[in-house]
Amino acid sequence: MKQILTALVACMLCAINIGAIAGPENDRKALLENHKKNLPKVKFEDYVLGALALNPDAKAQYEEIMSFPPYLNDMDKAKEMWEKPFSNGKTFASCFPNGGKNVAGGYPYFDNNASKVVTFENALNACLKNNGAPELKYGGLELTLLSAHAKSLSDGMKVKVEVKGAGALAAYEKGKTLYHSRRGQFNFSCALCHINYAGKFLRSEQLSPLVGQAAHWPEFRAGTDATSLQERFRQCQKNTRGEPSEFNSEDYNNLEYFITYMSNGLPMQTPVFRK
Amino acid sequence: MADGMKMRTTLQGDTADVKVLMNHIMETGTRKDAKTGQLIPAHFINHVVATLNGKTVLEAQWGAAVSKNPFLGFRIKGAKTGDKLVVNAEDNKGEKLSGEATI
Repeated sequence: MKQILTALVACMLCAINIGAIAGPENDRKALLENHKKNLPKVKFEDYVLGALALNPDAKAQYEEIMSFPPYLNDMDKAKEMWEKPFSNGKTFASCFPNGGKNVAGGYPYFDNNASKVVTFENALNACLKNNGAPELKYGGLELTLLSAHAKSLSDGMKVKVEVKGAGALAAYEKGKTLYHSRRGQFNFSCALCHINYAGKFLRSEQLSPLVGQAAHWPEFRAGTDATSLQERFRQCQKNTRGEPSEFNSEDYNNLEYFITYMSNGLPMQTPVFRK
Repeated sequence: MADGMKMRTTLQGDTADVKVLMNHIMETGTRKDAKTGQLIPAHFINHVVATLNGKTVLEAQWGAAVSKNPFLGFRIKGAKTGDKLVVNAEDNKGEKLSGEATI
């Protein structure tokens, strides 16, 4: 009897364990179902367009702008930065497999040794450090431009973020909790607008669905320089009268980990123009 | 100082759609440097000329109100494939920018 009980308990434990690992994938599927119910007309690959997928007029304007985007000069500068050799003669391409092509879709990932999330910007700065160059400031224009060019080398690659192991799952869950927690004077959470009210109007703007939000960063917003994903987090928090966190903070990196996972399977597109 | 221009042309029927992106700081001359409190000297494009096969098709006088890195779009009626389009711009310091495209 005792043996059977032990076996039962062990089995339950293992069931919980399997359930926990399958968690992120189940979350993503449930989210897609939810979006499908609210936005039945949007095709899966169009989620990368965000709110533009909901408004043909806005999409036409976007396509017109993208045929000759206003950020071409900035991207030239970014390309120069990427190709400029360090003092030891190596370039950024030497830090990434395949010369930096088709790698960005795997970021952010969870580093088990350092037990923290590593974003693509972290990887760029690590590359600078390993080659004896000074690191760039997080949230600064230089790093954002550099990352815009580096990520553009992965255009068309499917986002493929993995959550493997207990540490990774914990970081994912922290990001998810942050996404769902209400903050600021307006008492908004990210999820309230981008899951529950996705596609609805907030003043004059339609709210983009969570799926696809992380597949096209950094982006150029009208009249501004390149904007990174974490800069956008800060803007969102300021708009909801919240207190934004610091760039590259554990909170934001976990949040980036979570929302990028939700864009899994979508083709990357960098940089893009947004209103 | 300026790196020049980027141009793109598309031909639809006999009308060429031209888009030009200029690289220029376009200082108005009324902004103050936050650190020193001194006015930043004016530096903006004030004259733009577009020619198609040497014939002027657009001439514009600009001022300080035009934005940084100006974007200029216009259409030329009667353009043909192979026509050579040149856009020249000059700023108030006499510096010149130019761009070329073949339709």
